Amino acid sequence: MTIGRKEAGYRPIHERVTDFSEVEQTLNLEDRKLQASRCMDCGVPFCHWACPLGNKNPEWQDLMYKGKWREAMEKLQQTSNFPEFTGRVCPALCEKSCVLAQTGEAVTCRENEAALIEYAFNQGMIVPRPPKTRSGKKVAVIGSGPSGLATADLLNKMGHSVTVYEKDNAIGGLLRFGIPDFKLNKKVIDRRLDVLRAEGIEFVTSTHIGTDITGKELLKKFDAICLTMGSGEPRDLPIEGRDLKGVYFALQLLQQQNHINAGEEVSADDRISAKGKKVLVIGGGDTGSDCVGTATRQGAASVTQIEIMPKPPIGFNPATPWPNYPMILKTSSSHEEGCDRYWNLASKRFIGKDGVLTGVEVAEVEWSKDPQTGKMGMKETGKTHVIEADMVLLAMGFVHPVHTGLLDELQVNYDQRGNVAIDGNQMSSVDKVFAAGDTASGASLVVRAIASGRKAAAAINKYLSENNL
Amino acid sequence: MKSTYPKQQGLYNPENEHDACGVGIVAQLHGGKSHDIVEKGLQVLEHMNHRGAEGIDSKTGDGAGILVQIPHEFILLQGIAVPEKGKYGTGLIFLPKNNAEAEECLAIIKKEIASEALSLIAVRDVPVDNSILGKGSLATEPQIKQLFITGCDSQDELERKLYIVRKKSEIAVMNSSMEHKSDFYINSLSTKTIVYKGMLTSPQLREYYKDLTNPNFTSAISLVHSRFSTNTFPTWNLAQPFRLLGHNGEINTIKGNRIWMTARESVLKSDKLGNLKDLFPIVQPDMSDSASLDNVFEFLMMAGLSLPHALSMLVPESWNEKNPISEDLKAFYEYHSMFMEPWDGPADLMFTDGRYAGGMLDRNGLRPARYLITNDDLLVMASETGVLKFKASDIREKGRLRPGKMFLIDTEKGEIHYDAEIKDSLAKAYPYREWLNKNRIDLATVSSGRTAEISLPNYKAMVTEFGYTKEDIDFLITSMALEGKEPVNSMGNDTPLAVISDKPQRLFAYFRQLFAQVTNPPIDPIREELVMSMTNYVGSIHTNLLEPAPEICKMVKIKNPILTNIQFDLLLNLNYKGFSTTVLPMLFDPQYGAEGLEKAVDELCKSAEKAVDAGKNYIVLSDRGVDAQHAAIPSLLAVSAVHHYLVEKRKRMQTAIVVETAEPREVMHFALLFGYGANIVNPYMAFAVLQEEIKKGNISLDYESAQNHYIKSVTKGIMKIMSKMGIATIRSYRGAQIFEAVGIGSYVLDKYFKGTNSKIGGIDMSDIYRDIADAHKKAFAPDAEDSWTVVNAGNYAFRKDGELHAWNPETISKLQLATRSGDYAKFKEFTKAVDEKAHPMWLRDFMDYKRNPIDISEVEPASEIVKHFVAGAMSFGAISAEAHEAIAMAMNKLGTKSNTGEGGEDSERYKPREDGLSTRSAIKQVASGRFGVTTEYLVNADEIQIKVAQGAKPGEGGQLPGFKVDKVIAKTRHSIPGISLISPPPHHDIYSIEDLKQLIYDLRNVNPKAAISVKLVSETGVGTIAAGVAKAKADLILISGAEGGTGASPVSSVKHAGLPGELGLAEAQQTLVMNNLRGLVRLQADGQLKTGRDIIISALLGAEEFGFGTSVLIVLGCVMMRKCHKNTCPMGVATQDPELRKRFLGRHEYLMNFFNFLAEDVREHLAQLGCRTLNEAVGRADLIVPKTFDCNPKISKIDISKLIYMPEEAKTNPLHCVKKGINVVENVIDNQLIAKTKSSIESGAKSELEFPIENTDRTVGAMLSGEIVRKYGEAGLPDDTIKVTFKGSAGQSFGAFLTHGVTFRLEGDTNDYVGKGLSGGKIAVVPAEGTTYAPEKNIIAGNTILYGATSGEVYISGRVGERFCVRNSGAIAVVEGVGDHCCEYMTGGRAVILGSTGRNFAAGMSGGIAYVLNMQGNFDYFCNMEMVELSLLEDSSDVHELQNLIYNHYTYTGSPIAKRILTNWNDYLDKFIKVVPIEYKKVLHDERIAAINKKIAEVERDY
Repeated sequence: MTIGRKEAGYRPIHERVTDFSEVEQTLNLEDRKLQASRCMDCGVPFCHWACPLGNKNPEWQDLMYKGKWREAMEKLQQTSNFPEFTGRVCPALCEKSCVLAQTGEAVTCRENEAALIEYAFNQGMIVPRPPKTRSGKKVAVIGSGPSGLATADLLNKMGHSVTVYEKDNAIGGLLRFGIPDFKLNKKVIDRRLDVLRAEGIEFVTSTHIGTDITGKELLKKFDAICLTMGSGEPRDLPIEGRDLKGVYFALQLLQQQNHINAGEEVSADDRISAKGKKVLVIGGGDTGSDCVGTATRQGAASVTQIEIMPKPPIGFNPATPWPNYPMILKTSSSHEEGCDRYWNLASKRFIGKDGVLTGVEVAEVEWSKDPQTGKMGMKETGKTHVIEADMVLLAMGFVHPVHTGLLDELQVNYDQRGNVAIDGNQMSSVDKVFAAGDTASGASLVVRAIASGRKAAAAINKYLSENNL
Repeated sequence: MKSTYPKQQGLYNPENEHDACGVGIVAQLHGGKSHDIVEKGLQVLEHMNHRGAEGIDSKTGDGAGILVQIPHEFILLQGIAVPEKGKYGTGLIFLPKNNAEAEECLAIIKKEIASEALSLIAVRDVPVDNSILGKGSLATEPQIKQLFITGCDSQDELERKLYIVRKKSEIAVMNSSMEHKSDFYINSLSTKTIVYKGMLTSPQLREYYKDLTNPNFTSAISLVHSRFSTNTFPTWNLAQPFRLLGHNGEINTIKGNRIWMTARESVLKSDKLGNLKDLFPIVQPDMSDSASLDNVFEFLMMAGLSLPHALSMLVPESWNEKNPISEDLKAFYEYHSMFMEPWDGPADLMFTDGRYAGGMLDRNGLRPARYLITNDDLLVMASETGVLKFKASDIREKGRLRPGKMFLIDTEKGEIHYDAEIKDSLAKAYPYREWLNKNRIDLATVSSGRTAEISLPNYKAMVTEFGYTKEDIDFLITSMALEGKEPVNSMGNDTPLAVISDKPQRLFAYFRQLFAQVTNPPIDPIREELVMSMTNYVGSIHTNLLEPAPEICKMVKIKNPILTNIQFDLLLNLNYKGFSTTVLPMLFDPQYGAEGLEKAVDELCKSAEKAVDAGKNYIVLSDRGVDAQHAAIPSLLAVSAVHHYLVEKRKRMQTAIVVETAEPREVMHFALLFGYGANIVNPYMAFAVLQEEIKKGNISLDYESAQNHYIKSVTKGIMKIMSKMGIATIRSYRGAQIFEAVGIGSYVLDKYFKGTNSKIGGIDMSDIYRDIADAHKKAFAPDAEDSWTVVNAGNYAFRKDGELHAWNPETISKLQLATRSGDYAKFKEFTKAVDEKAHPMWLRDFMDYKRNPIDISEVEPASEIVKHFVAGAMSFGAISAEAHEAIAMAMNKLGTKSNTGEGGEDSERYKPREDGLSTRSAIKQVASGRFGVTTEYLVNADEIQIKVAQGAKPGEGGQLPGFKVDKVIAKTRHSIPGISLISPPPHHDIYSIEDLKQLIYDLRNVNPKAAISVKLVSETGVGTIAAGVAKAKADLILISGAEGGTGASPVSSVKHAGLPGELGLAEAQQTLVMNNLRGLVRLQADGQLKTGRDIIISALLGAEEFGFGTSVLIVLGCVMMRKCHKNTCPMGVATQDPELRKRFLGRHEYLMNFFNFLAEDVREHLAQLGCRTLNEAVGRADLIVPKTFDCNPKISKIDISKLIYMPEEAKTNPLHCVKKGINVVENVIDNQLIAKTKSSIESGAKSELEFPIENTDRTVGAMLSGEIVRKYGEAGLPDDTIKVTFKGSAGQSFGAFLTHGVTFRLEGDTNDYVGKGLSGGKIAVVPAEGTTYAPEKNIIAGNTILYGATSGEVYISGRVGERFCVRNSGAIAVVEGVGDHCCEYMTGGRAVILGSTGRNFAAGMSGGIAYVLNMQGNFDYFCNMEMVELSLLEDSSDVHELQNLIYNHYTYTGSPIAKRILTNWNDYLDKFIKVVPIEYKKVLHDERIAAINKKIAEVERDY
């Protein structure tokens, strides 16, 4: 308790907004070890409990503190396939439930994680370790996001032959095309993919299963299939003016920028750029924040973000006390870079001129608790105004995976929310077909996707060994 | 009618009966027989009535008896034509009431008499008056007849023949089919002595047996005994004395001793007794430990050993290097130790064979025995002094028995034999030393050039096969290697029992350690190490143990039973010294399943037998050689199976079991291996782990040091486990099976662990096999090497994929959120998470209750229910002031009670605060350290709790390191800042149940308004102990679950000692109900209680009060860091660090929410049950219905039927406490004292009084002091306001808790516990007027004087017993000679010893100063130098202080030696040694420097 929490912090705003390089900095090794030493090896490690992967923070942080980097890395990788991803983009549920978080000084688990895995890569500790024997079983993984990669990684290590299919032209799913480079440099993904390839996973890109290859063919070819294609259907805002030019889904912007950063050419017609524009982001979540950062970097004249929900409390929310994940105001690095934020605003209509967006009419709303049901209800106050905008980015989340195509062809059952329904073993209603990640549970965090992928891999392995196919 | 204990039923098991008592002997030195000796014997008995006990019906005693010489003249006068003295034998026999069966018994005896060619000349109906008997004893009264047998001229031969007749008759009746055969009992059958005894109170003995009051009934010796049995079950034949002895004490190793006696049968031969087979078993079954000891003692004497020889062999004194006895005598003991393990435990033995009479104490001296000899050669020896009145001038000598020492008179020759002389002649009888030197090989001295490999080629596979976890390696083994001791942990064990857990378990995990509480004390393996021994002998081929012979000692001596690989290799290769061995693999082929395992074990047993037959000196069971085809048999299973098999075959004495195994890693594992019969263990895998960790850099030590540390840790740990049960030597611990199985089925237990019970059934061979097979499969899977990892099983800290923990993030956060927000709905979420968990954790999870719902409005209000809840004992010191006070405020506001814990309490807290809240703890705890237990503390209690044991570490003491003792803590604990505070393992005033009764009496005198509670820990037999505690007149008994929390405890205690609370609670309830004692006491339960459901189940099992510890802390912010012992609690709960304490987030309101919610939750359950009040539910185990789970194959084998058993007596006897108010003390001297000093108490006027006093006047002065302190607080009255002179022999606890302003002078002598808890008063003890002997040569006061004294002065003109000034923290004492362990654990005050001291002076002394007059110049030998420094008196202030103290001593007592010293001051001064604790010296030094600095600062200012 004699050592305080020390965050590495971000590069200076004036510098970072000019590029798409990662904004977060690093501590020197000695400071990093000291930060790791802050972990108290709790009798009940809430961090470990809160982590969907069950990372054993007390164990690897202790090893790290002792300078046993390799053992620390191995300990971490036992529960986490890709610490280099989560170490960058995870909202760190662990830190929120750290015992020290009660007094606002949680251990810097996420940064420690990132530092550990980076050290390991730099020191050449991460080398391909292909399985010694092959089971002869073949598994197809559809979709190469975090969940698919985790499933593929584990199944491959268990000796099964894994092929990962990706409809886009590069592997990574939302990791690659959803998350901006300034949060996750894509070299980090490539670096991991090199390892996975060397370990024997086959990656097939630009292949849309359901279109390029049918589900039936796949089922013939493989002993099991895992659906990890994400939750591709974005939530739309079907209000007046939706078809005006200038209204985009968040991912349209983010994906394109990532393709451009990857060196791809985009025709001027297709280019979605915020340069010089007044940008309005609808939706106050992480994707919205990513839009803010991206728009800023594209040179937006102004960036505004609105949210229908009320403004969360700052610092502490009694409704979500420790060790719960705190519903408090999050100010991301992108917000710091300049953005107006408003809450309690519902979008009523898009206003345009000549088919081009000029603004959005928003209505002020109020939230109150229904005394009967205890649920929060929303009511418009009647006050409306117009926010000027010539670009709107819809970042209101995703509804469920795309049904048309593969899923409908396979005739999997859906749950109430339209996700692929699975049983306790992650299997869908169709034999041999498993699902994990957002496809099964709806859009969520990278760390949950990985956890779900791991669970699916274990279930598939069990399925393959029990059903001597 | 049944004259033995009730049969085993529910959780009651007659095996657990304990007794302790008063014992005494009166004898005429020259053998002059008279009725007066008998009469005096009876009087002695009657004067120790308070040491015995009676049941609920005060006329049913626990037993009393007398052993006398055969009253020849009296017999003749009865008209029985016996021949001359010595030519006939006689004795009383108990026969079944049923005449036919009585006849059958008599016929059997007659037959045996005839077959020894003797004749029965008469059978006499013994006249008795059974009108005086209580209901219990009357119902079980046997027919009593006296037999007269003749037929042999030689008295010795006749004596032996009578023995044979008795033994054979006993065996024949035992083997008969009579219904009431257990009523048959032969009290004695001898030509020399006769025993009269029965289930009587002491005063009843003379009334019941008319013979005893007949003036013609004469004897020169009478040995009497009064019994305090923990239970009041009909037990006529367990009354004492037995044939040779009366025993006040307890044999802790009895299970092992009995097993070893069986094993020994094949190596006993005696020409004198003929075919011994007819006499086996030597130990009569189903009798008490004392009876068994008597059986063996008698056997050895019949076989020709002398009385002292037999006793010294059975109950040897300690003879390691710390004991000042001759080398020859050590050789005598060593020789005998090779074939007879000590019968270990507290013992005050008094014995007579009709000619010799005497007494001896066990090695620890844990029972008192005092004697005196009069000028006309009468010897009186008894548990207490003052049992017979004599004029001071008639007494020639007074003394006491000392630990391990014997005292004997020969009534034929009229000689007194003292210990030194007796032992000297024993030692010199044979050239033992020479025999040993020539034959015995000390492994430590064998040298060879051999080396041994440490590392294992298949290390990874072995880690997996033997289930070494990350915690095993990092937490246990590594810290043992680094620290040289077992790691410490905090908070309780919240993981499920092995049988409930889904995780793989070692067989070890199914056992729990038993420990001593109340009826026998744990011993102190650290501070009283001089009694401990780990030495072993292996290798002998015994042929006959009864004939002394040099060959017997051809054995290998091994100082520590844990062998390194090199030592083990040496042992294996001692062929050249004539020792051969064979290695038997403890392996089996896993492909053959559980049957294969069982077969392998059975074959192993047979191979072991063959090895013995082949003359192998020791056999090695080894699990080396595990590979893909060979899995290891659990080492414990193999050891116990082989051990029991060889015992069964009577071949166990001829060999030793050496175990070479990868399995044991923690202390408990080793303890189990030894406890079930292993002689020697080589833990090669643990060593391999050490080497591996050194290689990895996790242990920065060289291998040798790491190994030494590891072995030292294990050894220390085993000593601790042994001493918890009061056992001092590994030889008597071996095979003593001091464990309870929890969750092993009867098939496995009966076959391989005979004598061990599991009350809940449990696993069978298939379950054992499954865990082995799973691990084996993993260990030898093709890809095992690649995917290898050391699993973290999460046993100590929560892990998601690890063992379940009851306190996990979900339960902790839910409880905190609910109580902080005051939201009952949230609380119900918490109770749901606890009550409806998918996987059971506790035994109570297997219980549901029958529903018979009523409307909740009919149930008593929550405000009533809340009164059944109390906060657990947590000391201020363990937890922060903020936390401690928050608990007190909450409980006081709720109208219930919080508990001080053992750290005392700041008197500021007795006053209400300005805001109206009170931080006073209503329950004041009295623990073994007696920290802060002052008169003021006690009078400020509503309830006083005697903590006999603590769930997390039963049988152990504690330590608060000096750095944690800040000024505030030091003040409340009456100690000095910076000085370590150590609590001893036992209460030094509770070595037995009658001692506890005395302590209860003491406390009740100080504060007659407070209820007295006794805290016990759940274990097998706790019900019996609870019954004893109820009979000792406690108001409340707390049965603590072993899962309870702690601020610091060795991990093996947290995990492996004690039983789940449910078992103890149910056993206590059942036993109390059977005894009809339940209505007299309240019963409290604790141990991981969390919700209303937990409370209801506990209530149905028998509790009416409920204690909460961990949950209380969690409500106040604890997040189960388990770092309490490190003072680093980040929540400010369990820390004294001022910075960390600022982080405390708790509020007393949260706690009030918690308890109100709990009460509400209880109400809901009560409504479901159909009970209107909580009391209605208490003890209604019949309302419990078993609940089943299907989580793993083991769970379905758990059977809770014994827990929910309702004894027959439940129909008539109360099930909960029906007594109103608390017990009261009546008729004590203090009533008169208070009446006569009214003006002093009220106005401070001076009073001077004089009183006669007797040993039955106990705890004199305490009640008076309580009255004064209630009025004036700790300050009491001005000096010497009340002066009282007593004349006579005072009882125990003379001047206990005497407060300031009261001065007692005693002319005469007194017993144990003088000045206990002295709080400012003054006591002077001087010999009675007319005393002829020099006071400094004679014993005047007993043991354990000034225990827990905090201030005051004591001057004793004479010698005293053991443990003078134990845990004194401020009183001043002058005395003229002391026994062993003087100044033990002293933390303050002064002790001046003007005479010789016993052994182990100043053990654990961390404060205060002692001055010892070292006339012999050998004091340093007797002093334990671990914590103190010796010096001459050089400082003038010391000289001054000493001179003043001696001057005071002279003033108060007129002591001749004080006078001598003062008048020759310069001659004596340099004979004094000053004893100062090193820590204390530093504190004094710092104080002095601080004073100087202050002065300098002041001087500088003047400039």
